[in-house]
Amino acid sequence: MKKVIHLMEKYKIYAILSPILMILEVVTDIVIPYLMSRIVDIGIANRDIDYIVKVGLLMVLSAVFGMVFGVLSAYCGARAGYGFAAELRNETFKRVQNFSFANLDNFTVSSLITRLTNDCNTIGQVTMMSLRMAIRAPFLLLFALIMAFKINSSLAKVFLIAIPTTVIIMFIGLKKARPLFLKLQTRIDRVNAIIQENLTGIRVVKSFNRQKHEEGRFEERNDALRDLALEAISIALLVSPILNLIIYSTIISILWFGGQQVVIGSLGGGELISFISYIMQVMMAIMLLSMFFMQFLRGSASMQRILEILNTESEIKEKSNPIKELKDGSISFDNVSFIYLKSNEKTLKNINFKVNSGEILGIIGSTGSSKSTLVQLIPRLYDATDGSVTVGGADVRDYDIKSLRDQVAFVLQKNTLFSGTIRENMKWGNENATDEEIIAALKHAQAWEFVSQYEDGLEHRVEQGGDNFSGGQKQRLTIARALLKSPKVIILDDSTSAVDMATDAQIQRAFKENLGDVTTIIIAQRIASIQHANRVIVLHEGEIEAIGNHEELMKSSPVYREIYESQQKGVIGE
Amino acid sequence: MSNKSNQRQLRAKNPKKTLVRLFSYFKYNKMMFFSGIFFIMFSSVAQIGVNAMLSPIIDTLVGDHNRGLFIKYLIYMGILVIAVTISEYIGNLLMARLAQKTVHKIRQDMFSHMEKLPISFFDTHSHGELMSTFTNDVDILNQALEQSVSQITLSVVTIVGSFVMMLLLSPILTIIVVGMLMIMLLFVKYVGQRSARNFRNQQAALADMNGYIEEMMSGQKVVKVFNYEDRAIDEFSTKNEFLRKSSTEASTFGVMLMPIMGNLSHILYALISIFGSFLVMKDRLSVGNIASYLQYTRSFSRPINQVSNQLNTLFAALAGAERIFNILDEEVEIDEGDIRLVEDKNDKKSYWKVPMKNGEFEMVPLKGYIAFKDVDFGYVEGKQILNDINLYAKPSQKIAFVGSTGAGKTTITNLINRFYEINEGNILYDGIDIKRINKFDLRSTMSIVLQDVHLFEGTIADNIRYGRLDATDEEVKEAAKLANAHYFIKHLPDGYDTWITADGQNLSQGERQLLSIARAAVANPTILILDEATSSVDTRTEKLISEGMDKLMEGRTTFVIAHRLSTVRDSNAIMVLEHGEIIERGDHDDLMKQKGRYYALNTGAIELD
Repeated sequence: MKKVIHLMEKYKIYAILSPILMILEVVTDIVIPYLMSRIVDIGIANRDIDYIVKVGLLMVLSAVFGMVFGVLSAYCGARAGYGFAAELRNETFKRVQNFSFANLDNFTVSSLITRLTNDCNTIGQVTMMSLRMAIRAPFLLLFALIMAFKINSSLAKVFLIAIPTTVIIMFIGLKKARPLFLKLQTRIDRVNAIIQENLTGIRVVKSFNRQKHEEGRFEERNDALRDLALEAISIALLVSPILNLIIYSTIISILWFGGQQVVIGSLGGGELISFISYIMQVMMAIMLLSMFFMQFLRGSASMQRILEILNTESEIKEKSNPIKELKDGSISFDNVSFIYLKSNEKTLKNINFKVNSGEILGIIGSTGSSKSTLVQLIPRLYDATDGSVTVGGADVRDYDIKSLRDQVAFVLQKNTLFSGTIRENMKWGNENATDEEIIAALKHAQAWEFVSQYEDGLEHRVEQGGDNFSGGQKQRLTIARALLKSPKVIILDDSTSAVDMATDAQIQRAFKENLGDVTTIIIAQRIASIQHANRVIVLHEGEIEAIGNHEELMKSSPVYREIYESQQKGVIGE
Repeated sequence: MSNKSNQRQLRAKNPKKTLVRLFSYFKYNKMMFFSGIFFIMFSSVAQIGVNAMLSPIIDTLVGDHNRGLFIKYLIYMGILVIAVTISEYIGNLLMARLAQKTVHKIRQDMFSHMEKLPISFFDTHSHGELMSTFTNDVDILNQALEQSVSQITLSVVTIVGSFVMMLLLSPILTIIVVGMLMIMLLFVKYVGQRSARNFRNQQAALADMNGYIEEMMSGQKVVKVFNYEDRAIDEFSTKNEFLRKSSTEASTFGVMLMPIMGNLSHILYALISIFGSFLVMKDRLSVGNIASYLQYTRSFSRPINQVSNQLNTLFAALAGAERIFNILDEEVEIDEGDIRLVEDKNDKKSYWKVPMKNGEFEMVPLKGYIAFKDVDFGYVEGKQILNDINLYAKPSQKIAFVGSTGAGKTTITNLINRFYEINEGNILYDGIDIKRINKFDLRSTMSIVLQDVHLFEGTIADNIRYGRLDATDEEVKEAAKLANAHYFIKHLPDGYDTWITADGQNLSQGERQLLSIARAAVANPTILILDEATSSVDTRTEKLISEGMDKLMEGRTTFVIAHRLSTVRDSNAIMVLEHGEIIERGDHDDLMKQKGRYYALNTGAIELD
């Protein structure tokens, strides 16, 4: 809690005002039944019109104040609650932006999304409720009890039975209903899972004629959901009538015991009526408290999940006085090993190699040979566990991270585009890129050919994730985006796998012709994509099996030769 | 995504029609509905009775001290309280049951209907939108049925009942009540409208925010690689500030009504006290009367407040119900085919049972002969994707489609099993127009292996058996062996019983492909439609996959969207597609001689060295 309380700073005044105003509103709520009893017992009993009018106007006045306090308290509470939630959301988003790749690996995307959306919203609501309900309920309870005891302490002893009974029943109800409602959530999830599955797999369902089969599966889960929902609801619905029963039982017993006092004359009729009002208020307060308690549990679970993000520190740290400029595109790995955070095994073992500026380096190897891991060390997406990675003549750890990543362009294997226009997506590479520069980059990536065919050209809409493009088109767009950074090093991590052979060859040619001084690293499955490289690393289970150009490797590396031969059957088309 | 959410209809276009249709869902549970309403009304009337008892009880105390009468009234009150408790529970329970049953039925109807919708429906509707109808809209409908109906009934009865009682007690005081009621309604109307509008703004801002978060979190690694963090934070802050403002406003207006209504009823209380006391002194009203009159004014403001709240839910539910009914009104896949597939008991072979004009049937043997005659097709009217496609495949032949993305390869294969209806021309299956064949039987003779493998939650065996539900364990294993999947399955912790999570995230891309081949194999189709994968799997797995596919193709009419030279080379015919037309056709040697597009594609790969 300490870690986030400062986020309230901007809205401090509202956070303080809201409960104060709420207490004032409660005071008017309490005063009114008291004034009421004065009217009946003194005003009417003595037939004192002046007194009645005076007290009546006092009541109207308190009600007006109560209204003003109430509205203001609602306003302040909302400002403080949602203000706090907004600050928290901002802080959390910023923290995620500071995450390293290793941090990101620890959180699933969907869990990050729920934390930023649902959890933050819940905290906003709960904060608002805490400022209002959590203050209102105990004060209401306290004041109403005081008043009740003041009116008649012997009668007020009824509360000693009524309150514990209510609390116990609420508690039992919660305890019985909670697990059912938790289980209900998983049943809902199971129903939704089948819908989701059928939406994405509808072609499979239809081509295998499995509609009836799916309906059966759905029915089973739908029935299970209904049955449990009915069970849970039968319990939850009990709470309100039972509470009602308790309230009126209390009232009846008050009438019974109080009635006798009225007869003796030790209690006024008006007092009895206001006593009954206080009973209602006390019970309401208890109900409010139990509701608040439920909300609070929800809120603290959310807060816990947010704190998990806020407490995560990026382990990639910048040095003071970092270097801002890469001298050139040369790269060298000196005895580099790497271990992923949660594993004990070395993913990379003693990697040594050198690439001169402007050269093309190919990397090939089967899945799991850690090709991606190796290249991710270059823009410092991860830090090497042992040894050193040098780019442009200096250790990557000596650079300003932003500058390093600006000058080392990386086309990820799992790449994505963002909703917006093609131009907006291209500007990720360079905010100030002109249309000419964008078109040039698209041409080099062989993407202009299809982009130019759109009527709206660069203005063409990109759906979320770039889902309205084919795999090959998407890859070409992401390559163009990376080229716009005008980097000194460009890394293509299996970035042309969905592009057809002819286009792939054109991309390679365009790279050779236009990016003469840029160091290019290409990870590929196809030999054809890296055949022309100055040097090829054959990676096998995290170790360099062989290094050399195509001709040399054909002679020296059995792994390379095997891959080559299996691909001789070739691939055609897109 | 955000734009789409903004456009989501928040109010029903035709609430009356939707409401009537919703009521038609109660027809199986009519008794439940009416008895539910009855119990709720009964409990609210009894509740009014409880409050009405207060007046004579106080009067007996303050007035003539009639102990017998006092006890009698107290017992009446006790009985009424018990009646309220029991009838409230029964009424609410009946409504909740009704709601659950209705929603259950609606969900089932929606799902069954969805299964019958044509593929084109799924192309044109976003999954997120459909999911939201299935979850959010159904949920709010449930809430409305469960709570709103009973709450509104209860509130209306309470308001009307209290009003009648007040009128009976003192018509003069009731004039004040009516005046105050007007003021209250004005407040409810003003605040309610503002709150509804602000709430809509908030929902739109929230949808926009959530969309942005989803996108940025999914692409977080790209954000890092491009140093986009600061720009993302800027954009996020803007959206966040907008959300903060709109939710603050929405919530203020939402919460405001409570203190306003509560205190207005306090003012009413004061006014009644003052004027009531005058009347008491003029002996036109008893102290007990005024006590219970005041009790009624107390119980007045809450139901008004509640009705306005519940009306919001009700309107939202109606808008949701309208979306649900829109889905239920979507046209289902047409199937006018009357030609069925039957198995001859003597030779165990399958035949198409073709009805003839004279009422007799002609038995045409199932062979797998496919012909396209002048086929034209477009997904949307006026935008033709395929032009004048003519081709034929004899039983057991292999036809390969080659061409760039968007040339129409996948589209052609989607027409054979009638995922889409063609605009012009005919597709013949063993000489019969496929439009005349029953869709179920048509598809039961075909299997598709798609690039993008879709698996279902369940065991490995379940997933293979998806191809043919009555396949024995032995047959499942056989199919897995044929598809080269047996080896990796055997090495899984639970073998064929290994549980696959939704969409098989715990299997590699290559393994999923092997499973989908096994699934097609167990179906033992006459016609096979294959989309060879381009995604990067390592060489060893790729080898396994291609071998599996080759074995699967043996002896079946196969249409393949080809990426491998070896597949293409031994095809009986290769169709080179460009812009929806077949520009070259023939076998490998023919096409190489033509030196056209196919030749260029082939040599492009080798051109590098």
